[in-house]
Amino acid sequence: MSIGMSVEHIGADPHGDRGGPAQPLLTVRKLVKHFDLKKSFVETMMGGGKVVRAVDGVDFNVLKGETLGVVGESGCGKSTTARLLMHLIEPSAGEIVFDGETVGSPALPLREYRRQVQMVFQDSYSSLNPRLTIQDSIAFGPQVHGVGKRESMTRARDLLARVGLEPSRFAERYPHELSGGQRQRVNIARALASEPRLVILDEAVSALDKSVEAQVLNLLMDLKDEFGLTYVFISHDLHVVRYISDRVMVMYLGKVAETGPAEALFEHPLHPYTRALLSSMPSMDPDRRTEEAPLAGDPPNPIDPPPGCRFHTRCPLAEAICAEQTPTLAATGTRETACLIHEPGSRHTQTGAAIYAS
Amino acid sequence: MNEASQISATPIVSVRDLHVTFTGAKRPVQAVNGVDLSVRQGESIALIGESGSGKSVTLRSLLRLHPERKTRIEGRIDIAGHDVLALGNRALADYRGRVASMIFQEPLLALDPVYTVGAQIVESIRRHESISAADARQRALELFERVRIPSPARRLDAYPHEMSGGMRQRAMIALALACKPQVLLADEPTTALDATVQIQILLLLRELQRELGLAIVFVTHDMGAAVEVADRIAVMYAGRIVEEGSTREVIRNPRHPYTLALMQARADGAMTKGARLASIPGAPPDLAQLPVGCAFAERCVYAADACLKTRPDAVELGDNHRARCLRTDATAGVLGTRAEALTKVAALTESS
Amino acid sequence: MNTTMSLPAKAPDLPLQPRSAGFWTGVLRKLMRDPVAIGAGIVLLILVLMAIFAPLLTPHDPYQASMLKRLKPIGFEGYVLGTDELGRDMLSRLMVGARLSLFMGITPVLIAFVIGSGIGILAGYAGGLVNTLIMRTIDVLYAFPSVLLAIALSGALGAGIGNALLSLTIVFIPPIARVAESVTTQVRGRDYVEAARASGAGAVTIVRVHVLGNVLGPIFVYATSLIAVSMILASGLSFLGLGVRPPEPEWGLMLNTLRTAIYTQPLVAALPGAMIFITSISFNLLSDSLRSAMDVKA
Repeated sequence: MSIGMSVEHIGADPHGDRGGPAQPLLTVRKLVKHFDLKKSFVETMMGGGKVVRAVDGVDFNVLKGETLGVVGESGCGKSTTARLLMHLIEPSAGEIVFDGETVGSPALPLREYRRQVQMVFQDSYSSLNPRLTIQDSIAFGPQVHGVGKRESMTRARDLLARVGLEPSRFAERYPHELSGGQRQRVNIARALASEPRLVILDEAVSALDKSVEAQVLNLLMDLKDEFGLTYVFISHDLHVVRYISDRVMVMYLGKVAETGPAEALFEHPLHPYTRALLSSMPSMDPDRRTEEAPLAGDPPNPIDPPPGCRFHTRCPLAEAICAEQTPTLAATGTRETACLIHEPGSRHTQTGAAIYAS
Repeated sequence: MNEASQISATPIVSVRDLHVTFTGAKRPVQAVNGVDLSVRQGESIALIGESGSGKSVTLRSLLRLHPERKTRIEGRIDIAGHDVLALGNRALADYRGRVASMIFQEPLLALDPVYTVGAQIVESIRRHESISAADARQRALELFERVRIPSPARRLDAYPHEMSGGMRQRAMIALALACKPQVLLADEPTTALDATVQIQILLLLRELQRELGLAIVFVTHDMGAAVEVADRIAVMYAGRIVEEGSTREVIRNPRHPYTLALMQARADGAMTKGARLASIPGAPPDLAQLPVGCAFAERCVYAADACLKTRPDAVELGDNHRARCLRTDATAGVLGTRAEALTKVAALTESS
Repeated sequence: MNTTMSLPAKAPDLPLQPRSAGFWTGVLRKLMRDPVAIGAGIVLLILVLMAIFAPLLTPHDPYQASMLKRLKPIGFEGYVLGTDELGRDMLSRLMVGARLSLFMGITPVLIAFVIGSGIGILAGYAGGLVNTLIMRTIDVLYAFPSVLLAIALSGALGAGIGNALLSLTIVFIPPIARVAESVTTQVRGRDYVEAARASGAGAVTIVRVHVLGNVLGPIFVYATSLIAVSMILASGLSFLGLGVRPPEPEWGLMLNTLRTAIYTQPLVAALPGAMIFITSISFNLLSDSLRSAMDVKA
């Protein structure tokens, strides 16, 4: 088998880098997605009805070659953001710019964008067609983009080998014959088949057992180096995000709470929510167990998010002003945070106080 | 903390040589292969393992929740003086909920959607005790306060779907405690919850254990959750407990290669960025075709020839720490030295 | 640091078998292990063979009446199953009758399967307004009891085999379309369809590659179960004089004409009914087995 030789053409990127390494690969501006709740007849007539503010004005960049970790609790909008990035659902407002070109514009039609951006889903079983052999599943994407049947099959087998599944054993098997970890490897191979530049991993390792998770994380790191990929890694597991990410974005109720380089953010979180989230992690030290829960209650419902700062209902540092004034996501150096404490001129009494000074 | 003082000497849960085989499939599946377990009053133990390790099957056996026709259970289970495997239908119904009760991963599936949570608790109390509906409701209210549900009187009249995830889990704990059981069985109770809610539930379980003197058997795949709750940890693999000991011992000084590998495969523990994670090669064995020798031998870096031929017995490592492994000599101090090194590094960076 | 543990993940033990059996091969293999499926299959095979070779097999002329031999009992002088009210050989008529009865049972369902699946898959995959329009229209038809609808349509179109087939087809389109729509809606929400959309595939390609294979099976199973209903309805139409006309042998029609003999020769009169029963229950059992055989995870 000539794996090495044929993998080369997968790595080669015919649609080369346009804006140079300094230009972000992906820029998201004011992205909004509101879902209509099922309306009653009267509400339809009156034009009322409630909306779920799943993603409510999100701005961020994904730099070339980095791994951006996205963390947050249920209802924070991280999975909706992933689907918006893939254009699986239409944004209510906002703009996605890929390497300098607006997605959906004549310069970058959706179909071309989708070749360059791929996604790996959480549920390894439901993301593979049970009636297709795994090599057919992997070859489907390239075939859609006009790669011949023979060539796409060769590519599928090469990729299978690359993700650690021997093609002679696995290529013509069906998804139900594989274990969860093996299926997730197939999903990764499928995502790589159309030679993407950006891969969105939506809880891609969350359903796997710990020992298998480590195998898949290692694989993801290797593939990133080999194919020069950029990752958006969405997960609720803070350990994994810290391990794999270069930068981390923390979301809360459809908004960005904080972004920053992984180590800095984990060592010195700026936003009170990030702090609470980090100290909610079980300690792993039997002599220093957590004595008090950092936050009470559950995250509020995104149907009726609190006014002002969305976190003020649970925030230990909240003041009256937090219910009125919505903080803006402001940058200081490499870090950004949306908290009145860090906003010069806001009426929060602790503004400017070096409360997180280490 | 001195939980030890509250833990009595005689076990309240005693499992001896438990074997559970599911006979429904084409080939019998040996889900549990000789589990011994004892839990004392007021003690909490965590069963840790991956999917298919038999941890949930063991737990469900304690309430005999498996379908009788398709399951063969052998061995002996004694809980608070009840020979569980010998109980008749009436006695079993009386035993469930009153002596031992269970909380599940997904309360939305375990709670009845058409009744209010309060009604379900009242019904459960009155099934086991002859008290008036008003008294039962008063008890339900106290239980809701006990599990720290805010505005409990109003929440008693809520339907399960009207509650948030964390609140539902609290309500299910209240339901499980309705008939004052001595043993609480918890099947991945925090897996489906958000991080900030998970820690609240873990702390609640710890508090209940301490204040009500409950014995808790806690099944989880998350080492961190186990450390927060458990006094002791039992690590399961392919239907057997491969290592058991105090939480401190198992975490700091794991001696079974599987536990050791699990600790090393964790993505935390001050990993250098970019360093490869230590992963366990291969996959767990097929429970319908277990190997003759140690079930972990195929994936084990310490495996010797003998490991493939005999199923290892438990080796006493002192201080109630046991591991079923022939190579415990090789695993001594492997993690310890590394952990020590890391604390030293951490201390250095902190002081600088 | 701990190089010992970071062995490359080797592919775990999957027997070296170049190609897994295809989906339908697997279904067939499971069916062959199911005694109920085999039993029902054999019965249906015999019925079909009997229908095909009826002209060669009949011991007597099925149309040959004889006033002397009317309503003879089972086993009478070379008439194994007796004779009907005009003295014709019951066995021969039942054998020849299988042709029309099976034809009337299978054809409308087959046509409705093609049309109904098309409508249902379109509605299910398009979703939104298209779905609402199609499915509400279907619901109007579905609101009528199938027996009444079949009779009303046949009555309006006039008696005859062609019209009976047409009305039965119309009766079966709504239920099949509904099943197709609900299965398609389910499949459309699966991650692999999302993944296919994410790789830039168009709707037609996605339906062809990812939807059809996963929805046709369940719809087919449902359609098989309708064959029994169709046979009974067709018999009912013939019974009412709206389908096949005498002297053509057809089980429903035979049941009708023999009903006067229910007191004189009850066993003979019950024979066409028994044939309908055996056939429809065989189809039902086979469709049940097919359903469980197609369950991939089992």
